Amino acid sequence: MNRTVERHRNILDFALSSLLRRKGKNLSLWVVYTIVVFLIAAIVFYTHALKREAALVLQGAPDMVVQKMVAGRQDLVPVAYAGKIAALRGVSSVRPRCWGYYFDPISGANYTLVASESPSPAPGAVDIGSGVARVLRVGRGDLLPIRSSSGAPMLLTVRKVLPCVSELVAADLIVMSEGDLRDLFRIPRDLATDLAVTVANSDELATLAVKISQRFPDSRPILKSEILRTYDSIFDWRGGMMVVVLAVAVLSFVIFAWDKATGLSAEERKEIGILKSVGWETGDVLLLKFWEGAVISLSAFLCGVVLAYFQVFFLSASLFEPALKGWAVLYPRFRLVPEVDPYQLVVLFFLTVVPYTIATIVPSWRAATVDPDAAMRS
Amino acid sequence: MRKSTVFVLVTAANAILLSIFLLHGKYDRGEAAAARSASAEIVRKLRLTDLCLFTEARYTRHPSMTDFQSPFQDHPLALEHFPSGALVTPPGFRREGP
Repeated sequence: MNRTVERHRNILDFALSSLLRRKGKNLSLWVVYTIVVFLIAAIVFYTHALKREAALVLQGAPDMVVQKMVAGRQDLVPVAYAGKIAALRGVSSVRPRCWGYYFDPISGANYTLVASESPSPAPGAVDIGSGVARVLRVGRGDLLPIRSSSGAPMLLTVRKVLPCVSELVAADLIVMSEGDLRDLFRIPRDLATDLAVTVANSDELATLAVKISQRFPDSRPILKSEILRTYDSIFDWRGGMMVVVLAVAVLSFVIFAWDKATGLSAEERKEIGILKSVGWETGDVLLLKFWEGAVISLSAFLCGVVLAYFQVFFLSASLFEPALKGWAVLYPRFRLVPEVDPYQLVVLFFLTVVPYTIATIVPSWRAATVDPDAAMRS
Repeated sequence: MRKSTVFVLVTAANAILLSIFLLHGKYDRGEAAAARSASAEIVRKLRLTDLCLFTEARYTRHPSMTDFQSPFQDHPLALEHFPSGALVTPPGFRREGP
């Protein structure tokens, strides 16, 4: 046992000395390797934590939202639909939701205006998300001017600022009474933005959605399970930029592996020839090359993953902020709850460390099986 | 000290740091749980449906509520022009009304 360990240590010593002899090339390789692992790991950590957060936080979302569609676009839904849907067997309650968007030309930010029923702010008062408070630099007791659809300005008093810790769902919210919101957007009393449906048994949701679609052919029911799956779908590995970044990272690994697999430099061939001529077995040479590959890939993997964790969960993924922010003026500030799936770490390990190590061994095996004299002359 | 010893120590230190991070994620959740329950309470009270991640367009602010036409609303053959539209793709399982 000790003899085997000592043999590996000796070969590891030799491998490290060999890497240090070409330190410029190997260091740059290690840096690029670490950056690629960091990038993939950070995206995996970020999306996984966000998906989990969405699944937990949105558990309180309505069981079903019913929208009215006109020519493929969402339209205001008649409040009369609520009574008819509530009469369906299995439906507990149907509440009309009034909400909309407001673009503030002064700050250039978009806000989401929501009417609250309980506890509703008094007419003329609003609760604002901490993102809105930050962008507009207003606080409790300050006045918030909003231009209504008729063009007349409405002055609303800030009753309270929603807690900072809720920015993930409420950063851009302006919560007001239903009357104020209807006056602001001139929404008639018999219409609402959509309907929030609560059912007694969630197993009946799909059946109820079919019934509602049949009864109101111009409606579109959206189930809670679909709301939750939206975030799985958005941050799926195939989603949007994710696939672009992952493709770039995988291509980088293909270039690494290609560089290694296409052959050794003349100097490395000569080194293998000398080692064989002084008595090294082919197995020893392969072990040496295995350790050379493992030293670079293992250390790059560990450093990349540790840096990615620190970036995502301690620095709130600040490096991704410009990409995530886009042209938005209001961007929520939130800290993700650390959530790492061990399965993803294992997959990342096998995608990064193993191919590189194998790609290091194969050309060395080809060089180590030829005659030492020929290897040195080549 | 032998080079192999230095390498093993550095690798072990990295592995321990990673394990500490993973454990930190599992146990240090007091503040996070409070933040999560505050958010969940607002979602329940206001009957919210989406996370506030991208506020630049309505279909990225409320991806679960939007229709497929929204990103291309300006004119026929209009291309999506908001940067976050590249991050938020429409979910592929939705039933569309008329």
